[in-house]
Amino acid sequence: MAAQPGQPTAEPTPENPLTAGLERLPVAPTTLVIFGATGDLARRKLLPALYNLAHDGALPERFRLVGVSRKEKAHEDYRKECEEAIRQFSRRPPKDDVLTALLDEVKYVPGVFDDDSVYAELGKVLDSFDEDAGETLNRAFYLSTAPEFFPVIVGQLGRSNLARDEHAEVRVIIEKPFGTTLEEARELNREVLAIFEEQQVFRIDHYLGKETVQNLLALRFANGMFEPLWNRNYIDYVQITAAEDLGIGTRAGYYDHAGALRDLIQNHMLQLLCHVAMEPPVNFTAEEVRNEKVKVLDSITKPTAAAIPEMAVRAQYAAGHAGGEDVVGYLEENGVAPDSTTESYAALRLEVDNWRWAGVPFYIRTGKRLARKITEIAVTLKPVPHLAFSQDGSLGVQPNQLVLTVQPNEGVSLRLGAKIPGTRMIIRPVNMEFLYGTSFLSQSPEAYERLITDAMRGDATLFTRNDEVEAQWQVCDPIVGAWAQEPGPLPKYEAGSGGPAEADELLLEGHRWRAI
Amino acid sequence: MSTSDAVWSEEGTTPDRIEAALRTLLVERHAESGSFVPARVLNMIAFVDDEWSGEIANRLRGVGRYAASRLIVLSYDRKRERLDARASVASDGDPTPGQLALLRETVIVRLGERHLDDLPTIADPLVVTDLPTLLWSPHGHHEAIEALLGLAQATLIDSIDEPVWRDALDLASKLSERLYVVDLAWLRSTPWRERVAAAFDPPAMRPELDRLTGVTVRHHPDSTVAAMLLLGWLASRLGWKLDHAEIVSSDRREGVLGGTAHADGHDVKLELKADPSLSVPGLAGVSLHTASSLSLHLDRGPGGLHTRRIDRDGREREWTLLGASRGESGILGEGIRQALLRDQTYGPALAAAQEMLPDAQALVPGGARPA
Repeated sequence: MAAQPGQPTAEPTPENPLTAGLERLPVAPTTLVIFGATGDLARRKLLPALYNLAHDGALPERFRLVGVSRKEKAHEDYRKECEEAIRQFSRRPPKDDVLTALLDEVKYVPGVFDDDSVYAELGKVLDSFDEDAGETLNRAFYLSTAPEFFPVIVGQLGRSNLARDEHAEVRVIIEKPFGTTLEEARELNREVLAIFEEQQVFRIDHYLGKETVQNLLALRFANGMFEPLWNRNYIDYVQITAAEDLGIGTRAGYYDHAGALRDLIQNHMLQLLCHVAMEPPVNFTAEEVRNEKVKVLDSITKPTAAAIPEMAVRAQYAAGHAGGEDVVGYLEENGVAPDSTTESYAALRLEVDNWRWAGVPFYIRTGKRLARKITEIAVTLKPVPHLAFSQDGSLGVQPNQLVLTVQPNEGVSLRLGAKIPGTRMIIRPVNMEFLYGTSFLSQSPEAYERLITDAMRGDATLFTRNDEVEAQWQVCDPIVGAWAQEPGPLPKYEAGSGGPAEADELLLEGHRWRAI
Repeated sequence: MSTSDAVWSEEGTTPDRIEAALRTLLVERHAESGSFVPARVLNMIAFVDDEWSGEIANRLRGVGRYAASRLIVLSYDRKRERLDARASVASDGDPTPGQLALLRETVIVRLGERHLDDLPTIADPLVVTDLPTLLWSPHGHHEAIEALLGLAQATLIDSIDEPVWRDALDLASKLSERLYVVDLAWLRSTPWRERVAAAFDPPAMRPELDRLTGVTVRHHPDSTVAAMLLLGWLASRLGWKLDHAEIVSSDRREGVLGGTAHADGHDVKLELKADPSLSVPGLAGVSLHTASSLSLHLDRGPGGLHTRRIDRDGREREWTLLGASRGESGILGEGIRQALLRDQTYGPALAAAQEMLPDAQALVPGGARPA
C-alpha cells in the first residue's frame, strides 16, 4: 500500500529517474519564512531573487512565502510592498501574471522577535499551508534581521517547536555578520547549534554565490595547466583586492561599528583566499569542499600582538576627489564620530603555513573611496631564473602574473613577456585576456537566487560551516583586538587614490601592489 | 537589440573579402573604444529562403542575449547568379568607462542555386575557428544542411515543422547520428518535463511512477510530435516498451492518438489529444493517473502551469507552478543556448517516440499526414 504524499515511507526511497538531463533539479515543496521581511535586504535582494526564480520556473513545485517583521500591517499591504520592491529591484521587468501568482497567497506575521505569540501565529500559518497542500512542506527560516536578533529568533523557533519536524526538513539561513568577534561567533554557534543540527544551518556569505567566485574552482580544478605551477615553487606572492570607489554613503550606522576588516576581510576575502589556496577536494560535496577550506584557514599563521604592526595596516580616507567631484573624508561623513578610529581601509599580509604555500605571502586589501571599484586576485609567478636577452631599451621582463577579476569585468588575464616588433630583441609585458562575458550566452543569476535555491535544496556547499566561521575569526580577532587598543588618529589616504602609503610597508622585498 | 552598428557591404564579393571586411570592422570598432570586445561563444549558420529572410531576422532579433556571437545567414534565391554580402558588427550598447560593450557579428550572404555545390567553401572562411557552430535551416533545404554538416557540431531543428510525423522523427534520428541535435519541439516540453519530474520527486511520490496507468498529453493540433517526444521521454526514463499508436480520431483540429506502453507488470494507457484552443505551438496540458487512484493534471495558466492533484482519498488540490511563458522567441533563444550543452535524454526519448508512430496509412490530425 502506498504512503500518502508527504508521509514517510519505511522502504528506501527509489531514485527519481525523471530528473536525469534536467538543468533545473526539483526543489522540495517549501515554505520560506523571512524574518526582517520589510528590511533593506529583503526588499533589494531576497524578494527580487524569489521573483526571478519564479520567472524561471526554479522555485519548488509548491512554494509559500511568509514575511515576519515588527511593523503591524495586513497581508494585502505586505503583498503590495513586495510587489513594489520587486518592480524596483528585479534584474528583469516582472511579468504581471507571474508576479501575481507568486504574491497571491503571501502571508505576513507582525510582531517583535522575542514575542511568543509571533511564533504561535507563525506556526498556525505554516500548519495551514501544510493542510492546504496535503503534505508537510519543508520550512526555511531566513534571518534577514539585525544580528542581535539571530539568537533571539533561533531560541524562539526552538521553544515553539518550529525547529524540527518529523515529516519535513527544517532549515535556518543566517545572514552576515556572524558575530563581530571570535567569542561572539562561538557564542552564536553555541546558541544556534543548541536548537538546530549543523546540517540545518546555512550561514550566508553572498560572495560564494557569485558565478565568478565559483568559477575560481573551475579554473583551478578543471584545467591541467595551473596545478603544476600552483605552489611555493613557482608562485612568488598572491594579492587579493576588493576596492570600492564609493564612500560609506548612508551606512555609517553599520559601517562605523564594523570597519573594513570585519565588513569584507573576515568573510568574503578570506573565502577568496581559501578558493585560491585550498587543495582539490575529493568531490564537490558540501563537506569535502568545506573541509578543504577549513584546512587553509587553520594553516594561516595566527597574528600575535607583536607581529600585528608588521602584517596589518589600517587607514581612513581623507577628503579628495572621486568621480570628478570633491568628496569629504571618512570622519566628515554623516553619522561618523569625528574621533572615530574605524578603518575604511585594511591591508594584511598573511602566511598559509602548509606544504604547498609555505613562504608565499598572501596580501589582502580592501577599502572605500579608492580609485575604482574592482575585486581581483593576482597571482604573481617567480621570475625566470636566467634571461638570455639584454633588457636594454625595454620595459623589463616582468614575472608572469595571472589576474582573476571577480568584478566588474569578470575574467582572467595572464601577463606575458613578448617581443616588440622590430629588429632588436626587446621585450615588453603584454596581456592575454579571457573575458567571462564574451564567452557565454547565459546571464549570471544573482548570487541570492543561487543561494536561496541551494538552501531550499539542502546543499550547503556555498555556505559557511560553524568551524569555518570560527577559523575565519581566529585570523581576524587578534587584529580586531589590537586595533581596538590603539588610539587614533589613523593614517589617512586621499579619497580617489590607491590607498595609504603605509600599506607598502607590508610588502616584502621586490613585491608591489597592483595599481587600483 | 543593437544600438551601435558598423556595416560593410559588397556586390559580387568572395568569402575572403567578407572575412577581411569583418576583421577590419572589428579593428575599427576596437580603435573607436577599447571597451568594444568581440563576443566569442558560438557561430550560427542559418540557411534561409531569401524571400523569408526578413522574418527570420525578426525571429533572431527576438532571442536577445542568446544571439550567436557570429551569425552567418546564407540567404537563398534560386535564380541569383552573383554572391552579394553585407557584414555588420553591432554592440548591445554604447561603451561606458570600465564596462565592456560586447560586439556581435552578422554576415548576410545572398546566393543562388549555382553556389549550392560550393556551400562549405563559402561558409567555412566565415566561421570563427575553434568556436562551436550551430546549423539552422528553418525552410527545409535538407541538401544544404547535408552540405554544411561538416562545419557544424550542432543543428537546430523543429520537428513540428515537418508535415509528416515519421519524416520529422526519422530526420531528427538521422541527424543525431552525425551531430548534436537541438530540437525546438523537445525544448517546448522542457517546463512540462521539469514539472512532472518535480511532482514525483518527493520521496512519498516516487513509488507512484511505477504505478502510472495512464498519461494524456494535450497539444496544439500541429504539435503532435512535441507530445510524442514527451511520451517518449517518460517511456525511456521509466523503461516502458511502446506499441504503435492508433489513430482514434482523425479530425483535423481535434484528433486523438491512442497507444499503450508496457511497464514492468502492467500497461499504461497513452493518449495524445489535439487542443484547438491552444493558439501557440507546443503542449497544452498533461494528465497522469496512477493505480493508487492518484491523478495529476498540468495545464497552461496565468503565471505558470495550473496544477490539479487528486489524492488517493479523493481530495482535490489546485495550485500554480510558477514560471513565465517563454514565447516562440524565448524557445528559439533557448535552442541556441542549448547548442552549447548536451542533453543525453533526447536521443532515447526520440527513439521511444519513433516506436509509437502509428503504422497505419490513415489520415491524422493536422491534415493529410500519413505516418
